[in-house]
Amino acid sequence: MTISKEQVQKVAALARLKLTEQEADQYTVQLNNILQFAEKLNELETEQVEPTSHVLPMANVLREDEVVPSLPREKALANAPDQQDGMFRVPAVFEE
Amino acid sequence: MSKYETVIGLEVHVELSTKTKIFCNCSTEFGAPPNTHTCPVCLGHPGVLPVLNREVVNFAIKAAMALNCEIAEYSKFDRKNYFYPDLPKAYQISQYDQPIGKNGWIEIEVNGEKKRIGITRLHLEEDAGKLNHIENGEGSLVDFNRVGVPLIEIVSEPDLRSPAEARAYLEKLKTIIQYTGVSDVKMEEGSLRCDANISLRPVGQTEFGTKTEMKNLNSFRNVERALEYEQKRQAELLDRGEQVVQQTLRWLENENRTKTMRSKEEAHDYRYFPEPDLVRLHIDEAWKEEIRRSIPELPDARKARYMREFGLSDYDAAILTGSKAVADYFDMTVMEKADPKTASNWIITELLGYLNAEGKEIGEIKMKPVHLAGMIKLIQNGTISSKIAKKVFKEMLQTGKDPEQIVKEKGLTQISDEGQIKEIVVKVLSNNPQSIEDFKNGKDRALGFLVGQVMKETRGKANPQLVNKLILEEIK
Amino acid sequence: MSLLRESLKEIHKRLASRELSARDLAEESLRQIEQKDKEVGAFLLVDQEGAMERAAKLDEQLAAEDQRGILAALPAGIKDNLCTEGVTTTCGSRLLANYVPIYNATVVDKLNEAGAIAMGKLNMDEFAMGSSTENSAFKLTRNPWDLERVPGGSSGGSAAAVAAGEVYFALGSDTGGSIRQPAAFCGVVGLKPTYGRVSRYGLVAFASSLDQIGPLTKNVEDAAYVLQAISGLDVKDSTSADVEVPDYLSALTGEIKGLSVGVPKEMMGEGVSAGVRARVEEAIQKLEQMGATIKEVSLPHSEYAVATYYLLAPAEASSNLARYDGVRYGVRKPGKNLLDMYLETRSQGFGPEVKRRIMLGTYALSSGYYDAYYLKAQKVRTLIRQDFERIFEEVDVIVGPTAPTTAFKIGEKVDDPLTMYMNDILTIPVNLAGLPAISVPCGLADGLPVGLQVIGKAFDESTILRVAHAYEQATERLPVPPLGGIEA
Repeated sequence: MTISKEQVQKVAALARLKLTEQEADQYTVQLNNILQFAEKLNELETEQVEPTSHVLPMANVLREDEVVPSLPREKALANAPDQQDGMFRVPAVFEE
Repeated sequence: MSKYETVIGLEVHVELSTKTKIFCNCSTEFGAPPNTHTCPVCLGHPGVLPVLNREVVNFAIKAAMALNCEIAEYSKFDRKNYFYPDLPKAYQISQYDQPIGKNGWIEIEVNGEKKRIGITRLHLEEDAGKLNHIENGEGSLVDFNRVGVPLIEIVSEPDLRSPAEARAYLEKLKTIIQYTGVSDVKMEEGSLRCDANISLRPVGQTEFGTKTEMKNLNSFRNVERALEYEQKRQAELLDRGEQVVQQTLRWLENENRTKTMRSKEEAHDYRYFPEPDLVRLHIDEAWKEEIRRSIPELPDARKARYMREFGLSDYDAAILTGSKAVADYFDMTVMEKADPKTASNWIITELLGYLNAEGKEIGEIKMKPVHLAGMIKLIQNGTISSKIAKKVFKEMLQTGKDPEQIVKEKGLTQISDEGQIKEIVVKVLSNNPQSIEDFKNGKDRALGFLVGQVMKETRGKANPQLVNKLILEEIK
Repeated sequence: MSLLRESLKEIHKRLASRELSARDLAEESLRQIEQKDKEVGAFLLVDQEGAMERAAKLDEQLAAEDQRGILAALPAGIKDNLCTEGVTTTCGSRLLANYVPIYNATVVDKLNEAGAIAMGKLNMDEFAMGSSTENSAFKLTRNPWDLERVPGGSSGGSAAAVAAGEVYFALGSDTGGSIRQPAAFCGVVGLKPTYGRVSRYGLVAFASSLDQIGPLTKNVEDAAYVLQAISGLDVKDSTSADVEVPDYLSALTGEIKGLSVGVPKEMMGEGVSAGVRARVEEAIQKLEQMGATIKEVSLPHSEYAVATYYLLAPAEASSNLARYDGVRYGVRKPGKNLLDMYLETRSQGFGPEVKRRIMLGTYALSSGYYDAYYLKAQKVRTLIRQDFERIFEEVDVIVGPTAPTTAFKIGEKVDDPLTMYMNDILTIPVNLAGLPAISVPCGLADGLPVGLQVIGKAFDESTILRVAHAYEQATERLPVPPLGGIEA
C-alpha cells in the first residue's frame, strides 16, 4: 500500500495539522518509506493470532464511588490561554 | 394509507446518577458554577489516567438487564477520536465492539397494539462539557463540569414504524430506567437525550431506504414532531422522484423544521481503538447475580400484578405504573389497607389531576399514602360522604393533616341520626308546601329540590340516602 | 572527587554523622550544573529555589528524627515529561513551553517521600519521540564522553546529567528504549521496569501501552534504591500492577552461579557494530566465568519488532497528543476561528518528528487501514511476546547489546527517520513484551561506552539487578567521562 499526497493532506486535516506543500511532499515520501518497511509484517500469517492491546492479564480495576473535592476554579483555569466568566474561552466554532 | 413504510431507530443517551464521574472522583452534581467540578483527570491534563467507577458499571449492568439485554462476560473501553472544545482529551472513552449489553428488547403499546422493539446494544461512555456561545458570536466559553459524567447509550433496532411508536418507545424506556433508579431521566436537565434515524421505503420493500439522522431532540414532543416533519419531507422527496440525501440534521424547535449539520462526505472518522489506559471488564455470574437481585419489579410486571391481584383495568394499571413514584404511592396506600380500586380511582382522577394542574411531582405533596387510605376508610364506614371526602382530600393536599383530624376540626362528620334529620325534614317541608304539591303532581324534580334544602340546612353533612328516605315517608 | 560520585552508603553515613547536610548536596549539584551544563545542556530548567527550600526542610527533618528516606538528600534530575506541580513541564515541546502542571506525577511524590531533592527538569526528545534528544524544541544535549556526539534519547538529558555528575540520579521514561539506549550511550545504568511496576500517573503519555518510568544511575546499586522508592501499585493508574515489590537491595548478592543466561542470536547479528559486539561478547564470557550457563536462544519475530512498534506507538501517540489543542493549557496560536486556532496551535507547536508520528498513527487507525496496520501490528506483538515467553521457560535472563552502535554524531541521522528508528531495534522488543530490562556499562569501544542489556521475566527486576550488579562488581568501572576536558 502507498499513501498519496492527497491522503497525506487528508490525514493531516484529521489530525488538525496544517502542512505546507513542501511538508506534504516530504511527509508523503517519508510515510511511504515507513509504510513500505511495515509491509514486512505481511510476511507473517496472523489469521489465528489474538491481538495484544495490553501486556498485563488484568481485569476489573475499579474504584469506589466516593466524591473527592474538585480543584479550586482558579487552579482549573490556571493554564488557560484565554478565559472569561470562569470558563475557557475559545474562538467561534464555525462548523455549519 | 401511505405508500411508504417508515423505519425509525433511536439512540438514547442516559446520564447515570452516580455520585462521582466515570473516570475521576469529581462530583456529578447538576447546576454548580462553571468549572468547579473539575480536576486534572477530567480536564485532560498531560499525564493523567482514568480509573473506572465501580458503581457506573453496576448501573449499566442493571439498566441492561432491565432492558432484557444479554450481559457481556468480557467488555472493554475504546477511544473515539475527534476534536471539539468540549472534549478535553480530544477523544471520548466509549465502548466500540464489546458493549456491556446487547440483544435486548422492550414492549410498547400504541393504539391498543402491543409490539416488541429490539435493543441492539447498551454501552458506557463519558459525557462532554458544555459550550456556551457568546452573544456577539466572537467565541464560545467552555464549562467542564459535565465532562466525564457517566452515560449509557441505548441503541434500538430499526423496529419503530411511526413517530408515535418512537414516542411510546421513549416513554417506556424512560419509565423502565426510572424504575431501576440508575438515572433521574430528566430530558429538561439533559439526563435523557435522543437522536433519531429515519428512512422511508415503499410498502413491501425489504431493503431500507436512505436514512437521515436527527439531533437535538430535547423533549418527547419534539421527537415526535421532528420525526413527523422528516417523514413528510422524505415522502415528498420520494413522491417527486428525488433522492433522500444521507445527512445529519438538527431540529430547530422554534422554526419547526430541520437544518443540515453535515453530509455523509463530511462524516467523522473516529479512529476507534482499544483504550490502553484501562483494563478489561470481566463480568462473572456472581457479579451478574448480585445486580439481578437489586432490580426492582419493573413496570410491565407491576401492571400485570395490579390487574391480577386488584382487578384494576388495563388502562388504570397502565397509568399507575407509568411512573414509579405514582405506583409506589399507590402500593403504599394499599398497604395501609385502602381498597385498591377506590385508591386507584382517587389517585388517577383526583391526585394526578391536581399534580397536572399544579405542575407538581408526586414527591412534593404533603399528603401521605396513610392519609389517603384513612380517608377512604372514612368513606367506607360512613363517617363522611364522597362529596365531603373531596373537601377533606383538598385539605390533606394543602396541610398534610390526618383526615380524621380534619373531619373533627371542621365538623364534617356525616349526620346519620334519624331523629336529628327528621327534625330538619319536617321544618323544610313546612316551609315548602308548593314543592310537596308539585311532587304529588308527578314532578320528580321537586324531590331533588327538597333533598337539596335539607343538605343545605345541614351544610352537606346529612346522609343523603337517609334524607331521601325520610322525605318520602313524610310526604306519603 | 565530587560528593555526587560517592556511594549512597557513604553519603548516608555522613548524613547520619552530620558531617554532611542536604544543603551541601544540593549546593554541590548546583555547582556541578553551573560548571558543566553549559557544555552538556542536560537541563531545561534548574529549580534552584525549590531545591534549596526542599534541602533546608529536609535538614530540619533529618535533625529532628532518626528516620531517613532511602533516597534522603540525593539530588535528582527529572525528565521533563514528568509532571511537577508548580514547575514548568514542557515535554521538550514548544506547545507546552508555558505549561505549569497543577499536580505531581506519582513518581515525583514518591521521590519526595523518599527524601530526594529534585534539582530541575531534564532535556528530552519532544514528547519522548526520538533516539538522540535532537528532537527537543529547546536545546541540544551533548554526550559527556564526546561533546560532538548525541547522548541518545529520548531521555538524553537524564543520561547526560548523571554521566556528567550534575545530579546523583535521574528519572527517565522508556517507550522503545528511551532509558536504556541513552544510558548505554552515556556510560550509565538505566533500568526499564516491567510494564505496570511503576505508576504512569503524571508521565505525559507517548504510547500508553508501552511507556514506563525508570531510573538512570551511576551504578546498579543506586538503580535498585531508586526502583525501590518508585515501584508499587498506584490507584491512580489502572494499569499499575498489584504485585508485591520485593526488597531489591537484597537481590544484589554478587552471585550468579547456576543462573541460566540466554543470548538471542538475532541480537548479535550483522546490524551490531564490531566494537559493540566485541564488548558484549567479553561480558558474556565474564558471566560464564562467574558460573552462569550461557545458552544460545532465538527470538524469531524480533526482526518484526521495529515495524510493529512504529505502527503501534504512533497510533497511540496520535490519540494521546490530540489533547494539545490550545483550549485549556499550552501555547495557543491565534486563528480566525476555532479550526484555524487548532491548526495554527498544533502546526506551530509540534516539531517535525512529532508531526510525522501523529500523521503515521492517524493513518494507521483511520477507516479502511486499521486492520492492515494497527490490528496487524497488535497481532505481531502477540508473536513477539510469545517468543520471550518460550525462551523464559528455559532461561532466567536474556543478555545482549543495548544499542547496535555507540553514540553517533550530532546531526548524523536527523534527516533519515527510518535509520534513526533502527537504533531501537534491540530495545523495542522488550517494550512490546512489557518486560523489565537494564542497561549496564560493559566497557568502551573507540573511547565510547557500550551497554550490556539484561532482560528479565515480568516483575522479576530482582534477577536482572542481580546479574547486572554481579557483572559490575566483577569488572572494572568506566572512568569519569572527559567532558571535553572540563573534568578529568
